[in-house]
Amino acid sequence: MRTYAGHSTAKASNELYRRNLTKGQTGLSIAFDLPTQTGYDADDELARGEVGKVGVPIAHRGDMAMLLYGIPLDQMNTSMTINATAAWLLALYIVAAEEQGVDQSQLQGTTQNDIIKEFLARGTYAFPPAPSMRLIADMIAYTVQQVPKWNPINICSYHLQEAGATPVQEIAYAMSNAIAVLDAARERVPQETLGQVFGRISFFVNAGVRFIEEHAKLRAMSILWEEIGRERYGVSDTRHLRFRYGVQVNSLGLTEAQPENNVQRIVLEALAVTLGRNARARAIQLPAWNEALGLPRPWDQQWSLRIQQVLACETDVLEYPDIFEGSKVMDALVEELLQGAREEMAVVAEHGGAVQAVPYMKAALVESHRERIRRIESGEQTVVGQNRYVESEPSPLTADAEGGILVVDPAVEAEQIEAVRRWRSERDQAAVDAALAELARVAAAEDHGENLMIPTIAAARAGATTGEWARTLREVFGSYRAPTGVGEASGVLADGELAELREQVAKLSEQLGRRPKILVGKPGLDGHSNGAEQIAVRARDTGMDVVYEGIRLTPAQIAASALQEGVHVIGLSILSGSHRELIPAVIDALHEAGVNVPVVVGGIIPEHDIAALKQAGVAAVYTPKDFDITRIMRDIVGLVSAGGPNGDGASNGRA
Amino acid sequence: MSVDGAALGVRLRERDLSSAPAVLNLLESTAAADREQSARLLAEVSPAALGGEAPGHVIGVTGPPGAGKSTLLSALLHRWRELGQTVAVLAVDPSSRRSGGSLLGDRARIEFDPADRGVFIRSTSSGERHGGLAWATRSGAQALAAAFDAVVVETVGVGQAETDIADVADTVAVVVQPGSGDVLQFLKSGIMEIPDVLVVTKSDLGQIALSARRDLAAALRSLGRRHTPVLAVSSLAPASGIHELAAALADHRGEIDIGARRLAARRAGALRDFAVEYGEHGMRLVGGRSEAEKWLTRQDPKLNIPALFDCLRERMSERAQ
Ligand code: B12
Ligand SMILES: Nc1nc2c(ncn2[C@@H]2O[C@H](COP(=O)(O)OP(=O)(O)O)[C@@H](O)[C@H]2O)c(=O)[nH]1
Ligand SMILES: [Mg+2]
Repeated sequence: MRTYAGHSTAKASNELYRRNLTKGQTGLSIAFDLPTQTGYDADDELARGEVGKVGVPIAHRGDMAMLLYGIPLDQMNTSMTINATAAWLLALYIVAAEEQGVDQSQLQGTTQNDIIKEFLARGTYAFPPAPSMRLIADMIAYTVQQVPKWNPINICSYHLQEAGATPVQEIAYAMSNAIAVLDAARERVPQETLGQVFGRISFFVNAGVRFIEEHAKLRAMSILWEEIGRERYGVSDTRHLRFRYGVQVNSLGLTEAQPENNVQRIVLEALAVTLGRNARARAIQLPAWNEALGLPRPWDQQWSLRIQQVLACETDVLEYPDIFEGSKVMDALVEELLQGAREEMAVVAEHGGAVQAVPYMKAALVESHRERIRRIESGEQTVVGQNRYVESEPSPLTADAEGGILVVDPAVEAEQIEAVRRWRSERDQAAVDAALAELARVAAAEDHGENLMIPTIAAARAGATTGEWARTLREVFGSYRAPTGVGEASGVLADGELAELREQVAKLSEQLGRRPKILVGKPGLDGHSNGAEQIAVRARDTGMDVVYEGIRLTPAQIAASALQEGVHVIGLSILSGSHRELIPAVIDALHEAGVNVPVVVGGIIPEHDIAALKQAGVAAVYTPKDFDITRIMRDIVGLVSAGGPNGDGASNGRA
Repeated sequence: MSVDGAALGVRLRERDLSSAPAVLNLLESTAAADREQSARLLAEVSPAALGGEAPGHVIGVTGPPGAGKSTLLSALLHRWRELGQTVAVLAVDPSSRRSGGSLLGDRARIEFDPADRGVFIRSTSSGERHGGLAWATRSGAQALAAAFDAVVVETVGVGQAETDIADVADTVAVVVQPGSGDVLQFLKSGIMEIPDVLVVTKSDLGQIALSARRDLAAALRSLGRRHTPVLAVSSLAPASGIHELAAALADHRGEIDIGARRLAARRAGALRDFAVEYGEHGMRLVGGRSEAEKWLTRQDPKLNIPALFDCLRERMSERAQ
């Protein structure tokens, strides 16, 4: 059992890990901050506001050594939530072990390393699809030989459900993804090790509150996985064919309204992955009751750990053989999911496999999420405390000063910037330059003949930084923006409030001379795109023209787009906690460009930050409790109607 | 209160690129006062006011959705900036039939430096004219050609759309991705007019791209157009074929009689607007389509579309009396 953790600095995270280990935790689960996950150092423009926020910043082998100080790596099972830069972080881990006197062959753990779901849902990609797949294949080939107890990749369907996937989509896209990875690895490893490679692939799945169906989903996944192993890859060893998975239960359904209800949801979701022995999770992570409020504090995490302990030690769930064996209802559910998944996998295969099908799958997810939100808004799907049974006594849980969340000290960023600069000035620069040049050479070689892990580990030893490693590869591989999926989402029918709103928009268009135009912007490294996507799609459905460029934009990019596009209103979405730094930065950039239109903000914005944002010039702030998107649209249309400084409300820029 | 169209036109004429957002805000507006100012703006950048054709190269890039047009523009844009040319992109996306709104997604694919004042990217919805070009896009392209070195119009479609785009572009490039046969079929069956340049994208996909290129080249030969360039490009790193494409576009511009092409386009455009506005009845009043076409060729070649449109309207009211 472990909780997912890491924040502010390597030193602070190290203390947290060691505290958790003494509390009975049996492994490490490392959360990295977004700059580390996307390959930027703390002093990069894009890192602004994100350093140490949602995880720990690790820039070089010194940081890694500090993070793991006093933790015996030969005895640890370490799970790292790291993807685009996984090869680099594994290299740093290997070097840190080396410094502890532990050989890489003894290391145990997992790097998430699933890039397709980054393009589809999670957003921390760094390189285009093809070279990203090559990095993964190289890591698999390397670890199978050199770090045999390491799980080089963890195929994630967890994030797909968090981005709106239905159970069928979750199964189908995860399996298609695994196939793409295995096909790529097949070319890099000796034929006789393919069974072993297959056996090393584990999954990271989701479990929602409809826990019976979710359990069926896991049974379906085990069946499909074995089938793929036997039929596509000729694996016959039953140990290799087992579907191994860890789980984090659903967070998308956890609410800001009456957050105490989330505890019940979490418990039920945990049942989905423990009830039947034939499809039981190997590791479980539970989110905290205050998931939709902000980052959990140690006490919140302890509560979630205790849920698991009650389930494992007090109840009898673990005592019986599979309790669903022979159940007609369960078997029928499994069959139905299998059939749906096979059909959807065929569609992905028709697109040329998971890598080529990224735009298709992304659009399908946005569409499913649109449907989910429609059902909640209309009341077809009940969410207790949010759209039904909403009356509540005052909550003692959120009454304390911070409103019940962990707040990261903003001084951390400045310190980390200072520290990484100091590191660069004190190391052997010539050795670093040579190591990076070698990395570039191997990356650019046309035949892909050499394994990228070798120069990556050498660069880690030489003292290169995360940003330098990633920049070197970006220069060779080129940069990339993932598809947004919004263009294809089908429109909602206009009834009731939306029909009224459309008429209002039509009138406004006449008044303005053209359709009201909105820019939906995602500043910084935050990859939470769900909210922005759904706002963009709904704005179109009300009749607006919508510019949405996807995630990871600088304030300057957003300001340039707003100016060139002549928008009437700007909507910014931030969920990662960097709003205090980034929203004022965008507003400054807008002023500098001469754009004077209303700005609204949405995302995870704690109550006590709202006043400061309004002070900075934000017209309105929306959080998850504002789940009625049509109502948000009404406000926005109202803001545009009220008019801006120019004739039609849009800025013409500075003359 | 509307902005001063004439002043904006003067700024464009003086190649003040920062006027571009305001120019498009005005041209896109259908409000009566704005339409009047738009006419003033366009008058300031008409051939008469410029003393000749606008210097910019107007390029139409069209093809099926997902073919790789926007990504290609991103690569071309970098090439042009390397060559020191300023670039404006007008990207047109279809509107939702249901709500009239639109999701404008091309911009996301075009990488640019926000500090670079030599680049302007504007997304617009096609509005009611599905597959066709909105009035604002056409007049926008013509206006921006007074200030920018390259003005690119990206539109979605195969079949009808490129005849529309031929009304505004000096050079039309049709973009196809390997493995999609529509364009080949349309070319062979004559549904589609032959573009000035054909581009096969995603050449990194290998064999399939090579054969697409070969098939298209063969089709053009059999139509007697062996000189129409067919280029294979990859827009993703390591990009390839982009320099060649930039050169082919520039060559085409060098080969044609720009004045004659634009003059014909202006006259066709004015007649098209007139037909949209006054329908069959109006067309009959000016003596029918071919009569009107002939009549237009006798008007001052320096007149821009709005001016030609006005001429047609005057002729209509004269004849109605
Ligand atoms: C789904 C989810 C994910 C998905 C995101 C999928 C996707 N493509 O969006 C996945 C699993 C990938 C994910 C990953 C991570 N997540 Co997360 N995630 C969530 C979760 C559970 C729900 C967010 C969501 O999508 N809600 C549904 C949408 C529709 O709602 P919404 O965005 O809030 O939008 C509504 C309003 O806020 C508003 N709104 C939002 N944007 C805009 C914009 C405009 C213009 C307007 C008008 C309104 C508006 O209107 C919407 C309608 O109601 C939240 C917790 C929660 N329950 O809220 C955590 C949460 C946001 N995640 C968090 C974290 C830490 C992470 C990770 C960093 C974890 C890690 N270390 O790996 C990664 C980071 C990934 C990245 N690249 O940034 C934290 C952020 C902490 C903080 N702010 O301090 C949260 C709060 C959870 C927590 N308590 O720890 N996550
Ligand atoms: N492999 C490959 N993919 C490309 C290339 N150009 C574009 N794409 C991809 O094709 C998809 C559609 O591209 P886009 O430019 O939006 O196409 P448009 O709809 O024609 O503008 C995107 O996923 C691009 O990443 C290329 O040269 N090679
Ligand atoms: Mg496009």
